[in-house]
Amino acid sequence: MHSLELTVNGRSYQTTVTLKTTLLEVLRDKLFITSPKVGCNSGDCGTCSVLIDDKLVRSCITNALSTQGKEITTVEGLSKPGHLHPLQEAFHEKYGAQCGFCTPGMILAAKALLDENPKPSRKDVREALSGNLCRCAGYGKIVDSVMAAAEQMGQAKN
Amino acid sequence: MKKRGIGIGASLYPTGMSGGGDSSQAQVKVQPDGTVVLTTGACDIGEGCKTVLAQMAAEVLGINYEQVKVINDNTDNCPLSFGTFASRVTYVDGKATVDAAEKARDILFEVAGQMLEANPGDMEAVDGKISVKGSPDRSLPIGEVAGAATFGMRKLVVGLGHYMREPSAPDPETGEIDPFCTLAWAAVLAEVEVDTETGEVDLLRLVCSYDVGTAINPLLTEGQIEGGGAMSIGAALSEELYPNYPSLEQAPTNLGDYAIPTTMDIPDIEAVIHECPSTNGPFGAKGIGEMTANTPAPAIINAIHDAVGVWIMTLPATPERVLRALDEKGGA
Ligand code: FES
Ligand code: FES
Repeated sequence: MHSLELTVNGRSYQTTVTLKTTLLEVLRDKLFITSPKVGCNSGDCGTCSVLIDDKLVRSCITNALSTQGKEITTVEGLSKPGHLHPLQEAFHEKYGAQCGFCTPGMILAAKALLDENPKPSRKDVREALSGNLCRCAGYGKIVDSVMAAAEQMGQAKN
Repeated sequence: MKKRGIGIGASLYPTGMSGGGDSSQAQVKVQPDGTVVLTTGACDIGEGCKTVLAQMAAEVLGINYEQVKVINDNTDNCPLSFGTFASRVTYVDGKATVDAAEKARDILFEVAGQMLEANPGDMEAVDGKISVKGSPDRSLPIGEVAGAATFGMRKLVVGLGHYMREPSAPDPETGEIDPFCTLAWAAVLAEVEVDTETGEVDLLRLVCSYDVGTAINPLLTEGQIEGGGAMSIGAALSEELYPNYPSLEQAPTNLGDYAIPTTMDIPDIEAVIHECPSTNGPFGAKGIGEMTANTPAPAIINAIHDAVGVWIMTLPATPERVLRALDEKGGA
């Protein structure tokens, strides 16, 4: 057993892991942060996506010990009490989530995109989300949601 | 060379279990403050039945759907629903919900009739009020009626609803049968570009038009059409299913091999809602859940034929299958 210290959504945690524990297992089974979903558990679907120091990663294929001292963001960390993040607002407004299983990963992938490119084209959005599978919503309204959030965030800045 | 083609797929599809016999129940309870609790066994798997059933109960009771709380979280305590399949929930659970809401409304009419000294048969429920038809000044807020029923008249304002289409089997003499709740219709148009050197098929456009009866919630209906469309694109072009792979050892075992379409494989699906109300559905609704995943694939396969003149008879139309078919035909 090895001790692991990390920050998730601004809060520090300390826990113990083995050499094989994944970040996804730490988040869900030890810290009970369940927005990252176990889809394929093999790096193929993106439902387990989280941000590590603002970079999008798949937590199911991220060794927990490699996140020692790092800052992790899950979708729970985007909203403030009483205020959703514009991406969350937009997914709600534009019906970007049907069953919602892919949604936390989609929103974080979109956040990583907008951090780099605040004015994306639809094609940019499609490319940025191409590693996140959605089985039920058909992607169109997800892209609509990200475009709407980008516009809203752009306006808020000006 | 890249060649373009257009194809059409058309289908009709029954709502509910063919042959009937699939039942659903619902309970609508009007709280003393006039808000409503709908309890149903219908499971929301993302298609939005919690919203749609709440809308139906609200419509019957003349209130906003935000005033309806839906409880559908376990099969022990909730009334029975046969399940979320067979494109049945909006129709079958919808009818059960409407039945329950009407029965609860009848109790409100009876109570309001006593309070307003009017005949319960002459009442209506609109804009959050129970009123005497034609005299809007003789009306009471629904909360006042439900409160008086609960605390004054010791009545529980609850409606229990049910719907099941009678099971039907073919007549042994004639083969005649009337098996469906209702039928929905669809037409889908696909435009593809086929690369005759690589066999790759690029889907450029997909227009999906569905006769949904009445679109109870158009945004959710579009979601169904787009989501089913994406599944059908996978079936047509990339998702290899048993027994179509070369051998069991080559069966896909992960999502890297079993290729669900990504954002890059799906165009912006154009959903067209065509409303032709069913004569017997709740508010004219029909079910389209499943057919949205059935109709696009044939349109895509027809479009491939239009583009390069080959019929792909085994799904999905992978580059390999398209190239083999082109070889057999001696070129595009
Ligand atoms: S669960 Fe991590 S990529 Fe699928
Ligand atoms: S909303 Fe259901 S998987 Fe994306």
